[in-house]
Amino acid sequence: MERDDLIEYSLHNHHNEEQGKSIRKKILQVTVLLTIITTVEVFLGAMIKQSSDAWAYVKWSFIIMTLVKAAYIVMVFMHLGDEKKALRNVILIPYAIFILYLIFIGLWEATEVSEAWKTFGF
Amino acid sequence: MAGHTTQLDAKTLWGGKESPFQTSYGKLMMWFFLVSDALTFSGLLIAYGFTRHDAQDAWPIGEETFNSMPFLGHGYPLLYVALMTFILIVSSVTMVLAVEAGHRMDRKGVTRWMIATIIGGFFFVGSQAWEWSHFIHGSEFGKIELADGSQAIVKGHFGEIANFTVIEAGKHHKVGEVIKEDLMHEFQHAAEKGHLEGGNIHLADGSVAKINKAKDHEMKLIIKKSGAAHKIGDKAITGAAAEKMYYEALYSGEANRVVYGANMKQNEYGPQQYAQFFFFITGFHGFHVFSGVVINIIILLGVIAGTYHKRGHYEMVEKTGLYWHFVDLVWVFVFTFFYLI
Repeated sequence: MERDDLIEYSLHNHHNEEQGKSIRKKILQVTVLLTIITTVEVFLGAMIKQSSDAWAYVKWSFIIMTLVKAAYIVMVFMHLGDEKKALRNVILIPYAIFILYLIFIGLWEATEVSEAWKTFGF
Repeated sequence: MAGHTTQLDAKTLWGGKESPFQTSYGKLMMWFFLVSDALTFSGLLIAYGFTRHDAQDAWPIGEETFNSMPFLGHGYPLLYVALMTFILIVSSVTMVLAVEAGHRMDRKGVTRWMIATIIGGFFFVGSQAWEWSHFIHGSEFGKIELADGSQAIVKGHFGEIANFTVIEAGKHHKVGEVIKEDLMHEFQHAAEKGHLEGGNIHLADGSVAKINKAKDHEMKLIIKKSGAAHKIGDKAITGAAAEKMYYEALYSGEANRVVYGANMKQNEYGPQQYAQFFFFITGFHGFHVFSGVVINIIILLGVIAGTYHKRGHYEMVEKTGLYWHFVDLVWVFVFTFFYLI
């Protein structure tokens, strides 16, 4: 008996030559963007020293640029942007909650430990 | 009311046939694996952030540590790592092009782009091997312990050693003999052991030789551990003062005043944990890249054999693609948090 409960979702993803062209164009745009961001990062890193006053801004711009790059890789290259909204949320929300908490607790504790080193002078 | 049932249509009642995510089992599980792997890497990077935040100014700065290029020498801060990042991004692009070709059932296109991806992967793994080798061997100056107990890393151009001229005979070497081989290795080994004294080197056979060495240029000492006189965060010591302090320590005849390169016990760049994090994080990522290349090769063989073409879709390429992009994604974060910041 033929089974009707097996659905080949991958067949839904097929596209024709014309759609392929526009997809490739998007891939090229993202490539250029990622390359530009990386170049800017290296230039900023080489120009501005960590001891300079502007470093705090540079550091945060690095973090923002990294998140932008990550977003493009996940949403376009990994096609998460094309998946169902429910799937996107299942992947991103638990991860984000857990990691934000871990970052917070890590940095908070590190500050305390650093103070302890200074106070007790190990 | 007994026997009364309400008829629900398929739209209201999920019958269990279709996936609510409209995606196949394999792809969903790949995503779940990637989330767990992402948590692992995040844990490592946050542990790194913890240690770094805790160590404050003693921590090495990426551009001080990684400033070499193959064939070109020193003075190119972070350029090599940027090149590695670019290679990995490009290989991610070729992978997404392979996936796109798969959606058009273009077997030739998939093959071509998969091969390009694998080559990019090999380039990256090779670059990482070079980087590790460079990190382990270290610089020509090393990290020096100054007279007051502080430790400083040293930047600048190391004057080449021309030769050692023997001034006191030993078992093998006679007075006046000029040694020209393996100079740098002998020099660093003697420096670690405390066999350098007042411009002379004490060789293994008991002979003493004068070191004929060109002058160093633009020497700079950056304090990484506070001592009695010099503190972390002090202005870098430059010029003649730096050279005097460096060679006082190096030619003191005392062992363990200088550290070259890195191992699991000590390193010339900063705190001990720095090298351990370097080895673990880049090593763990490198192993991911390596296994990614192996998986890509296996899938490429399947593509060439026509397995997926017969199946009617190239979802296997898509799934390995997800893994490969993830490896790229992790590197983007390692690049920022390990090298840039």
